[in-house]
Amino acid sequence: MSEVILTVQDVTKVYTMGAEKVHALRGINLEVAQGEYLSIMGPSGSGKSTIFNMIGGLDSPSAGEVLFEGAKLAHLSSAQLAWFRCHKIGFIFQSFNLIGSMTTLENVSIARVFAGASLEQAKQEAAEVLTRVGLGHRLTHLPSQVSGGQQQRIAIARALVNKPSIILADEPTGNLDLKTGEEIIDLLAEMKQDLGITVITATHDLKMLSRSDRVILIADGQIRRITKKGEVEIEVGSVDGETVA
Amino acid sequence: MGEIPVQKDVPWLVTFKISWGSLRRRLLRSLVTMTGVVLAIAFLAHMLITDSIIYALVEVNERALNILLQKSDVDISNVGTGDSLMVLFLFLTLLITLVGISNSMFMAVTERVREIGTLKCLGAHDNFIIRSFLIESSLQGVLGTLCGIILGMTVALSVALVSYQAYVFKYFPLAAVIKALMISFVIGTVLSVVASIIPAYMAARKQPVEALRHEE
Repeated sequence: MSEVILTVQDVTKVYTMGAEKVHALRGINLEVAQGEYLSIMGPSGSGKSTIFNMIGGLDSPSAGEVLFEGAKLAHLSSAQLAWFRCHKIGFIFQSFNLIGSMTTLENVSIARVFAGASLEQAKQEAAEVLTRVGLGHRLTHLPSQVSGGQQQRIAIARALVNKPSIILADEPTGNLDLKTGEEIIDLLAEMKQDLGITVITATHDLKMLSRSDRVILIADGQIRRITKKGEVEIEVGSVDGETVA
Repeated sequence: MGEIPVQKDVPWLVTFKISWGSLRRRLLRSLVTMTGVVLAIAFLAHMLITDSIIYALVEVNERALNILLQKSDVDISNVGTGDSLMVLFLFLTLLITLVGISNSMFMAVTERVREIGTLKCLGAHDNFIIRSFLIESSLQGVLGTLCGIILGMTVALSVALVSYQAYVFKYFPLAAVIKALMISFVIGTVLSVVASIIPAYMAARKQPVEALRHEE
Protein backbone atom coordinates (compact mmCIF):
# COMPACT_ATOMS: atom_id res chain seq x y z
CA MET A 1 0.00 0.00 0.00
CA SER A 2 1.31 3.42 -0.85
CA GLU A 3 1.61 6.32 1.52
CA VAL A 4 -1.26 7.13 3.89
CA ILE A 5 -2.71 10.52 3.05
CA LEU A 6 -5.66 10.64 5.41
CA THR A 7 -6.20 9.18 8.86
CA VAL A 8 -9.44 9.14 10.78
CA GLN A 9 -8.77 8.28 14.44
CA ASP A 10 -11.51 7.24 16.87
CA VAL A 11 -13.81 9.92 15.52
CA THR A 12 -17.13 10.40 17.24
CA LYS A 13 -19.72 13.05 16.56
CA VAL A 14 -22.62 13.89 18.81
CA TYR A 15 -25.25 16.41 17.79
CA THR A 16 -27.49 17.92 20.39
CA MET A 17 -30.98 18.40 19.06
CA GLY A 18 -32.99 20.04 21.78
CA ALA A 19 -32.70 17.78 24.82
CA GLU A 20 -31.82 14.77 22.70
CA LYS A 21 -28.31 13.68 21.80
CA VAL A 22 -27.81 12.11 18.40
CA HIS A 23 -24.71 9.96 17.91
CA ALA A 24 -23.87 10.42 14.25
CA LEU A 25 -20.49 8.67 14.48
CA ARG A 26 -19.42 6.21 17.18
CA GLY A 27 -15.69 5.70 16.88
CA ILE A 28 -14.59 5.59 13.25
CA ASN A 29 -11.04 4.47 12.39
CA LEU A 30 -9.86 4.68 8.84
CA GLU A 31 -6.69 5.09 6.83
CA VAL A 32 -6.78 6.16 3.21
CA ALA A 33 -3.80 5.69 0.91
CA GLN A 34 -2.63 8.11 -1.75
CA GLY A 35 -4.32 7.28 -5.05
CA GLU A 36 -6.93 5.00 -3.53
CA TYR A 37 -10.53 4.83 -4.75
CA LEU A 38 -12.67 4.40 -1.69
CA SER A 39 -16.42 4.03 -1.61
CA ILE A 40 -18.47 4.58 1.50
CA MET A 41 -21.85 2.91 1.59
CA GLY A 42 -24.65 3.00 4.06
CA PRO A 43 -28.30 3.86 4.44
CA SER A 44 -29.27 7.50 4.86
CA GLY A 45 -28.63 8.65 8.40
CA SER A 46 -25.79 6.16 8.81
CA GLY A 47 -23.18 8.89 9.22
CA LYS A 48 -21.79 8.94 5.67
CA SER A 49 -22.26 12.65 5.17
CA THR A 50 -20.84 13.37 8.61
CA ILE A 51 -17.62 11.54 7.74
CA PHE A 52 -17.48 13.45 4.49
CA ASN A 53 -17.85 16.76 6.25
CA MET A 54 -15.07 15.84 8.68
CA ILE A 55 -12.66 14.85 5.92
CA GLY A 56 -13.46 18.03 3.99
CA GLY A 57 -12.80 20.18 7.04
CA LEU A 58 -16.41 21.36 7.03
CA ASP A 59 -17.24 19.97 10.45
CA SER A 60 -15.16 19.00 13.46
CA PRO A 61 -15.38 15.78 15.48
CA SER A 62 -16.74 15.71 19.06
CA ALA A 63 -13.80 13.44 19.92
CA GLY A 64 -10.96 11.89 17.94
CA GLU A 65 -8.88 13.37 15.14
CA VAL A 66 -8.90 13.68 11.38
CA LEU A 67 -5.35 14.00 10.06
CA PHE A 68 -4.42 15.07 6.57
CA GLU A 69 -0.79 14.19 5.86
CA GLY A 70 -0.22 14.37 9.59
CA ALA A 71 -1.89 17.77 10.14
CA LYS A 72 -4.81 17.76 12.57
CA LEU A 73 -7.74 19.44 10.85
CA ALA A 74 -9.47 20.37 14.11
CA HIS A 75 -6.51 22.57 15.05
CA LEU A 76 -6.64 24.72 11.92
CA SER A 77 -7.91 28.29 11.81
CA SER A 78 -10.72 29.17 9.41
CA ALA A 79 -8.22 30.73 6.98
CA GLN A 80 -6.08 27.58 7.08
CA LEU A 81 -9.16 25.44 6.52
CA ALA A 82 -10.05 27.61 3.53
CA TRP A 83 -6.56 26.99 2.13
CA PHE A 84 -6.88 23.26 2.81
CA ARG A 85 -10.27 23.00 1.08
CA CYS A 86 -9.02 25.09 -1.80
CA HIS A 87 -5.76 23.28 -2.51
CA LYS A 88 -6.20 19.77 -1.19
CA ILE A 89 -9.87 18.84 -1.54
CA GLY A 90 -12.14 18.76 -4.57
CA PHE A 91 -15.81 18.59 -3.65
CA ILE A 92 -18.42 17.01 -5.90
CA PHE A 93 -22.04 17.15 -4.78
CA GLN A 94 -25.10 15.14 -5.62
CA SER A 95 -26.97 18.26 -6.72
CA PHE A 96 -23.90 19.70 -8.54
CA ASN A 97 -24.02 23.01 -6.62
CA LEU A 98 -22.94 25.14 -9.53
CA ILE A 99 -23.39 28.90 -9.25
CA GLY A 100 -26.36 29.71 -11.45
CA SER A 101 -25.27 33.21 -12.38
CA MET A 102 -21.83 32.11 -13.55
CA THR A 103 -20.91 30.54 -16.89
CA THR A 104 -19.32 27.11 -17.15
CA LEU A 105 -15.91 28.73 -17.43
CA GLU A 106 -16.46 31.06 -14.47
CA ASN A 107 -17.78 28.24 -12.27
CA VAL A 108 -14.47 26.44 -12.72
CA SER A 109 -12.11 29.41 -12.85
CA ILE A 110 -13.35 30.89 -9.56
CA ALA A 111 -11.77 27.95 -7.74
CA ARG A 112 -8.45 28.86 -9.38
CA VAL A 113 -8.90 32.49 -8.38
CA PHE A 114 -9.33 31.39 -4.75
CA ALA A 115 -6.04 29.53 -5.10
CA GLY A 116 -4.35 32.79 -6.06
CA ALA A 117 -4.36 32.74 -9.87
CA SER A 118 -5.08 35.90 -11.86
CA LEU A 119 -8.43 36.02 -13.70
CA GLU A 120 -6.88 35.44 -17.13
CA GLN A 121 -4.65 32.62 -15.95
CA ALA A 122 -7.58 31.04 -14.05
CA LYS A 123 -9.79 31.17 -17.15
CA GLN A 124 -7.12 29.63 -19.31
CA GLU A 125 -6.50 26.76 -16.91
CA ALA A 126 -10.22 26.25 -16.35
CA ALA A 127 -10.74 26.01 -20.10
CA GLU A 128 -8.05 23.33 -20.30
CA VAL A 129 -9.67 21.20 -17.60
CA LEU A 130 -13.13 21.72 -19.11
CA THR A 131 -11.83 20.57 -22.48
CA ARG A 132 -10.41 17.54 -20.77
CA VAL A 133 -13.80 16.56 -19.33
CA GLY A 134 -15.36 17.08 -22.76
CA LEU A 135 -16.95 20.49 -22.30
CA GLY A 136 -14.60 22.66 -24.34
CA HIS A 137 -17.56 23.72 -26.49
CA ARG A 138 -19.76 24.81 -23.59
CA LEU A 139 -17.57 27.42 -21.90
CA THR A 140 -19.94 30.35 -22.14
CA HIS A 141 -23.13 28.46 -21.27
CA LEU A 142 -24.87 28.93 -17.94
CA PRO A 143 -25.47 25.80 -15.83
CA SER A 144 -29.20 26.01 -16.61
CA GLN A 145 -28.40 25.71 -20.32
CA VAL A 146 -26.62 22.35 -20.12
CA SER A 147 -27.77 18.84 -19.19
CA GLY A 148 -27.44 17.23 -15.76
CA GLY A 149 -24.54 15.07 -16.88
CA GLN A 150 -22.76 18.10 -18.27
CA GLN A 151 -23.39 20.01 -15.04
CA GLN A 152 -21.73 17.22 -13.10
CA ARG A 153 -18.81 17.35 -15.54
CA ILE A 154 -18.47 21.05 -14.82
CA ALA A 155 -18.45 20.20 -11.11
CA ILE A 156 -15.75 17.58 -11.71
CA ALA A 157 -13.67 20.10 -13.65
CA ARG A 158 -14.13 22.57 -10.79
CA ALA A 159 -13.02 19.93 -8.29
CA LEU A 160 -9.96 19.07 -10.39
CA VAL A 161 -8.79 22.52 -11.41
CA ASN A 162 -6.65 23.10 -8.30
CA LYS A 163 -5.06 19.65 -8.60
CA PRO A 164 -6.32 18.43 -5.22
CA SER A 165 -5.02 15.42 -3.33
CA ILE A 166 -8.49 14.11 -2.55
CA ILE A 167 -11.77 14.23 -4.44
CA LEU A 168 -14.76 13.99 -2.11
CA ALA A 169 -17.79 12.97 -4.11
CA ASP A 170 -21.09 12.72 -2.27
CA GLU A 171 -23.47 10.57 -4.33
CA PRO A 172 -22.13 12.04 -7.58
CA THR A 173 -24.44 9.92 -9.73
CA GLY A 174 -27.48 10.26 -7.47
CA ASN A 175 -29.26 12.83 -9.65
CA LEU A 176 -28.27 11.33 -13.00
CA ASP A 177 -29.78 8.66 -15.22
CA LEU A 178 -28.03 5.31 -15.53
CA LYS A 179 -26.03 5.98 -18.67
CA THR A 180 -24.94 9.49 -17.71
CA GLY A 181 -24.03 8.23 -14.25
CA GLU A 182 -21.86 5.58 -15.83
CA GLU A 183 -20.05 8.21 -17.92
CA ILE A 184 -19.40 10.23 -14.78
CA ILE A 185 -18.01 7.15 -12.99
CA ASP A 186 -15.74 6.43 -15.96
CA LEU A 187 -14.54 10.01 -15.91
CA LEU A 188 -13.76 9.91 -12.19
CA ALA A 189 -11.93 6.60 -12.55
CA GLU A 190 -9.96 8.00 -15.48
CA MET A 191 -8.95 11.10 -13.52
CA LYS A 192 -7.95 8.95 -10.59
CA GLN A 193 -5.83 6.82 -12.89
CA ASP A 194 -4.23 9.69 -14.81
CA LEU A 195 -3.68 12.17 -12.03
CA GLY A 196 -3.16 9.82 -9.08
CA ILE A 197 -5.85 11.61 -7.09
CA THR A 198 -7.44 9.87 -4.12
CA VAL A 199 -11.18 9.51 -4.68
CA ILE A 200 -13.60 9.07 -1.79
CA THR A 201 -17.23 8.68 -2.74
CA ALA A 202 -20.44 8.06 -0.89
CA THR A 203 -22.61 5.98 -3.13
CA HIS A 204 -25.34 3.40 -3.59
CA ASP A 205 -24.30 2.93 -7.18
CA LEU A 206 -23.13 -0.65 -7.75
CA LYS A 207 -21.07 0.42 -10.74
CA MET A 208 -19.06 2.73 -8.55
CA LEU A 209 -18.53 -0.04 -6.06
CA SER A 210 -16.99 -2.34 -8.63
CA ARG A 211 -14.50 0.39 -9.54
CA SER A 212 -13.43 0.89 -5.94
CA ASP A 213 -10.24 -0.32 -4.31
CA ARG A 214 -12.14 -0.61 -1.05
CA VAL A 215 -15.78 -0.41 -0.07
CA ILE A 216 -16.64 0.62 3.44
CA LEU A 217 -20.04 -0.18 4.82
CA ILE A 218 -21.29 2.14 7.52
CA ALA A 219 -24.36 1.72 9.68
CA ASP A 220 -25.37 3.52 12.88
CA GLY A 221 -22.20 5.57 12.87
CA GLN A 222 -19.86 2.59 12.85
CA ILE A 223 -17.86 0.79 10.20
CA ARG A 224 -19.55 -2.57 9.74
CA ARG A 225 -17.39 -4.04 7.04
CA ILE A 226 -14.50 -3.24 4.75
CA THR A 227 -14.40 -5.05 1.42
CA LYS A 228 -11.27 -4.95 -0.73
CA LYS A 229 -11.09 -4.94 -4.51
CA GLY A 230 -11.56 -8.37 -5.97
CA GLU A 231 -13.96 -9.34 -3.24
CA VAL A 232 -16.27 -6.52 -4.27
CA GLU A 233 -17.74 -7.97 -7.43
CA ILE A 234 -18.55 -11.31 -5.83
CA GLU A 235 -20.17 -9.69 -2.85
CA VAL A 236 -22.06 -6.95 -4.60
CA GLY A 237 -25.34 -8.82 -4.29
CA SER A 238 -25.11 -9.25 -0.56
CA VAL A 239 -23.90 -5.73 0.02
CA ASP A 240 -26.84 -4.56 -1.99
CA GLY A 241 -29.22 -6.74 -0.02
CA GLU A 242 -27.95 -5.43 3.27
CA THR A 243 -28.03 -1.77 2.60
CA VAL A 244 -30.56 -0.81 0.03
CA ALA A 245 -33.83 -0.37 1.82
CA MET B 1 3.05 17.74 5.33
CA GLY B 2 4.22 20.69 7.38
CA GLU B 3 2.18 23.63 8.61
CA ILE B 4 -0.89 24.33 6.51
CA PRO B 5 -0.68 27.91 5.16
CA VAL B 6 -3.31 30.60 5.52
CA GLN B 7 -5.59 31.23 2.55
CA LYS B 8 -4.77 34.54 0.88
CA ASP B 9 -7.39 37.17 0.07
CA VAL B 10 -8.70 37.64 -3.44
CA PRO B 11 -7.87 41.26 -4.46
CA TRP B 12 -10.69 43.84 -4.41
CA LEU B 13 -10.58 44.44 -8.16
CA VAL B 14 -10.84 40.75 -8.96
CA THR B 15 -13.68 40.39 -6.47
CA PHE B 16 -15.40 43.36 -8.12
CA LYS B 17 -15.09 41.83 -11.58
CA ILE B 18 -16.48 38.50 -10.36
CA SER B 19 -19.34 40.17 -8.48
CA TRP B 20 -20.27 42.42 -11.36
CA GLY B 21 -20.27 39.54 -13.84
CA SER B 22 -22.50 37.56 -11.55
CA LEU B 23 -24.85 40.44 -10.75
CA ARG B 24 -25.26 41.36 -14.43
CA ARG B 25 -26.74 37.97 -15.20
CA ARG B 26 -29.39 38.08 -12.54
CA LEU B 27 -30.17 41.76 -12.76
CA LEU B 28 -33.88 41.22 -13.27
CA ARG B 29 -34.01 38.82 -10.34
CA SER B 30 -32.10 41.18 -8.09
CA LEU B 31 -34.36 44.07 -9.03
CA VAL B 32 -37.22 42.05 -7.59
CA THR B 33 -35.23 41.81 -4.37
CA MET B 34 -34.52 45.51 -4.66
CA THR B 35 -38.18 46.53 -4.73
CA GLY B 36 -37.81 47.67 -1.14
CA VAL B 37 -35.07 50.11 -2.10
CA VAL B 38 -36.89 51.29 -5.21
CA LEU B 39 -40.10 52.04 -3.36
CA ALA B 40 -38.43 53.66 -0.37
CA ILE B 41 -36.29 55.95 -2.50
CA ALA B 42 -39.22 56.69 -4.81
CA PHE B 43 -41.14 57.83 -1.74
CA LEU B 44 -38.25 59.97 -0.53
CA ALA B 45 -37.57 61.54 -3.93
CA HIS B 46 -41.26 62.20 -4.44
CA MET B 47 -41.48 63.94 -1.07
CA LEU B 48 -38.43 66.11 -1.62
CA ILE B 49 -39.32 67.11 -5.17
CA THR B 50 -42.95 67.90 -4.39
CA ASP B 51 -41.76 69.94 -1.46
CA SER B 52 -39.35 72.02 -3.52
CA ILE B 53 -41.91 72.60 -6.26
CA ILE B 54 -44.53 73.78 -3.79
CA TYR B 55 -41.99 75.99 -2.05
CA ALA B 56 -41.05 77.60 -5.37
CA LEU B 57 -44.68 78.17 -6.32
CA VAL B 58 -45.56 79.70 -2.95
CA GLU B 59 -42.62 82.09 -3.31
CA VAL B 60 -44.15 83.42 -6.58
CA ASN B 61 -47.16 84.66 -4.60
CA GLU B 62 -49.53 85.06 -7.53
CA ARG B 63 -53.25 85.18 -6.88
CA ALA B 64 -54.38 82.53 -9.39
CA LEU B 65 -51.56 80.25 -8.33
CA ASN B 66 -52.31 80.72 -4.64
CA ILE B 67 -55.87 79.59 -5.29
CA LEU B 68 -54.56 76.46 -7.01
CA LEU B 69 -52.23 75.83 -4.07
CA GLN B 70 -55.05 76.22 -1.59
CA LYS B 71 -57.18 73.83 -3.63
CA SER B 72 -54.41 71.24 -3.16
CA ASP B 73 -54.53 71.78 0.61
CA VAL B 74 -51.19 73.59 0.81
CA ASP B 75 -50.87 75.71 3.93
CA ILE B 76 -49.30 78.74 2.22
CA SER B 77 -48.43 80.62 5.39
CA ASN B 78 -46.44 77.70 6.74
CA VAL B 79 -44.45 76.44 3.73
CA GLY B 80 -40.68 76.52 3.99
CA THR B 81 -40.62 77.38 7.69
CA GLY B 82 -39.28 73.93 8.51
CA ASP B 83 -42.29 73.02 10.61
CA SER B 84 -41.95 70.08 12.96
CA LEU B 85 -44.52 67.98 11.11
CA MET B 86 -42.37 68.16 7.99
CA VAL B 87 -39.26 67.10 9.92
CA LEU B 88 -41.15 64.19 11.44
CA PHE B 89 -42.40 63.19 8.01
CA LEU B 90 -38.87 63.24 6.59
CA PHE B 91 -37.58 61.22 9.52
CA LEU B 92 -40.28 58.60 8.95
CA THR B 93 -39.38 58.47 5.28
CA LEU B 94 -35.77 57.77 6.13
CA LEU B 95 -36.80 55.09 8.58
CA ILE B 96 -38.95 53.41 5.91
CA THR B 97 -36.01 53.63 3.51
CA LEU B 98 -33.64 52.00 5.97
CA VAL B 99 -36.06 49.19 6.82
CA GLY B 100 -36.86 48.61 3.14
CA ILE B 101 -33.20 48.41 2.20
CA SER B 102 -32.04 46.16 5.05
CA ASN B 103 -34.97 43.87 4.42
CA SER B 104 -33.89 43.50 0.81
CA MET B 105 -30.30 42.80 1.83
CA PHE B 106 -31.34 40.08 4.29
CA MET B 107 -33.40 38.54 1.52
CA ALA B 108 -30.38 38.56 -0.77
CA VAL B 109 -28.34 36.63 1.80
CA THR B 110 -31.06 34.08 2.54
CA GLU B 111 -31.57 33.50 -1.17
CA ARG B 112 -27.92 32.61 -1.62
CA VAL B 113 -27.04 30.58 1.47
CA ARG B 114 -26.33 27.47 -0.56
CA GLU B 115 -24.10 29.39 -2.92
CA ILE B 116 -22.12 30.70 0.04
CA GLY B 117 -21.63 27.13 1.32
CA THR B 118 -20.40 26.02 -2.09
CA LEU B 119 -17.97 28.93 -2.37
CA LYS B 120 -16.58 28.07 1.05
CA CYS B 121 -16.08 24.47 -0.05
CA LEU B 122 -14.12 25.80 -3.02
CA GLY B 123 -11.83 27.63 -0.63
CA ALA B 124 -13.43 31.06 -0.39
CA HIS B 125 -12.07 33.03 2.52
CA ASP B 126 -14.62 34.81 4.74
CA ASN B 127 -13.30 38.14 3.45
CA PHE B 128 -14.19 37.19 -0.12
CA ILE B 129 -17.79 36.50 0.88
CA ILE B 130 -18.02 39.79 2.80
CA ARG B 131 -16.48 41.81 -0.02
CA SER B 132 -18.51 40.28 -2.80
CA PHE B 133 -21.72 40.80 -0.84
CA LEU B 134 -20.80 44.40 -0.08
CA ILE B 135 -19.94 45.06 -3.72
CA GLU B 136 -23.05 43.39 -5.05
CA SER B 137 -25.37 45.04 -2.59
CA SER B 138 -23.81 48.44 -3.21
CA LEU B 139 -24.27 47.99 -6.94
CA GLN B 140 -27.81 46.77 -6.37
CA GLY B 141 -28.36 49.70 -4.04
CA VAL B 142 -27.20 52.19 -6.66
CA LEU B 143 -29.36 50.60 -9.35
CA GLY B 144 -32.36 50.37 -7.03
CA THR B 145 -31.83 53.98 -5.99
CA LEU B 146 -31.69 55.16 -9.61
CA CYS B 147 -34.91 53.30 -10.43
CA GLY B 148 -36.50 54.72 -7.29
CA ILE B 149 -35.47 58.28 -8.17
CA ILE B 150 -36.91 57.95 -11.66
CA LEU B 151 -40.15 56.56 -10.29
CA GLY B 152 -40.43 59.18 -7.53
CA MET B 153 -39.63 62.04 -9.88
CA THR B 154 -42.14 60.87 -12.48
CA VAL B 155 -44.92 60.64 -9.92
CA ALA B 156 -44.04 63.97 -8.27
CA LEU B 157 -43.91 65.83 -11.59
CA SER B 158 -47.12 64.23 -12.88
CA VAL B 159 -49.02 65.14 -9.73
CA ALA B 160 -47.61 68.69 -9.77
CA LEU B 161 -48.54 69.10 -13.43
CA VAL B 162 -52.10 68.00 -12.79
CA SER B 163 -52.45 70.30 -9.78
CA TYR B 164 -50.62 73.44 -10.91
CA GLN B 165 -50.58 73.04 -14.69
CA ALA B 166 -48.23 75.27 -16.67
CA TYR B 167 -47.09 77.12 -13.54
CA VAL B 168 -44.82 74.16 -12.80
CA PHE B 169 -42.84 74.83 -15.99
CA LYS B 170 -42.87 78.56 -15.57
CA TYR B 171 -41.46 78.55 -12.06
CA PHE B 172 -39.67 75.19 -12.13
CA PRO B 173 -37.11 75.15 -9.28
CA LEU B 174 -34.41 73.33 -11.25
CA ALA B 175 -31.64 73.78 -8.68
CA ALA B 176 -33.84 72.64 -5.81
CA VAL B 177 -35.04 69.58 -7.74
CA ILE B 178 -31.48 68.61 -8.67
CA LYS B 179 -30.53 68.99 -5.03
CA ALA B 180 -33.48 66.77 -4.04
CA LEU B 181 -32.38 64.16 -6.57
CA MET B 182 -28.83 64.23 -5.28
CA ILE B 183 -29.96 63.93 -1.68
CA SER B 184 -32.11 60.93 -2.59
CA PHE B 185 -29.22 59.34 -4.48
CA VAL B 186 -26.72 59.79 -1.67
CA ILE B 187 -29.17 58.59 0.99
CA GLY B 188 -30.15 55.54 -1.08
CA THR B 189 -26.57 54.55 -1.82
CA VAL B 190 -25.20 55.17 1.66
CA LEU B 191 -28.10 53.37 3.31
CA SER B 192 -27.71 50.43 0.88
CA VAL B 193 -24.09 49.99 1.80
CA VAL B 194 -24.68 50.47 5.53
CA ALA B 195 -27.68 48.15 5.53
CA SER B 196 -25.73 45.42 3.76
CA ILE B 197 -22.82 45.32 6.22
CA ILE B 198 -24.61 43.13 8.78
CA PRO B 199 -26.08 40.71 6.20
CA ALA B 200 -22.65 40.44 4.56
CA TYR B 201 -21.05 39.46 7.85
CA MET B 202 -23.89 37.05 8.51
CA ALA B 203 -23.27 35.49 5.10
CA ALA B 204 -19.55 35.07 5.75
CA ARG B 205 -20.11 33.55 9.18
CA LYS B 206 -22.38 30.81 7.86
CA GLN B 207 -20.78 27.44 8.48
CA PRO B 208 -20.42 25.61 5.16
CA VAL B 209 -22.12 22.49 6.52
CA GLU B 210 -25.12 24.48 7.65
CA ALA B 211 -25.18 26.39 4.39
CA LEU B 212 -25.02 23.26 2.23
CA ARG B 213 -27.83 21.63 4.18
CA HIS B 214 -30.02 24.62 3.36
CA GLU B 215 -32.86 23.67 1.02
CA GLU B 216 -33.47 26.03 -1.84
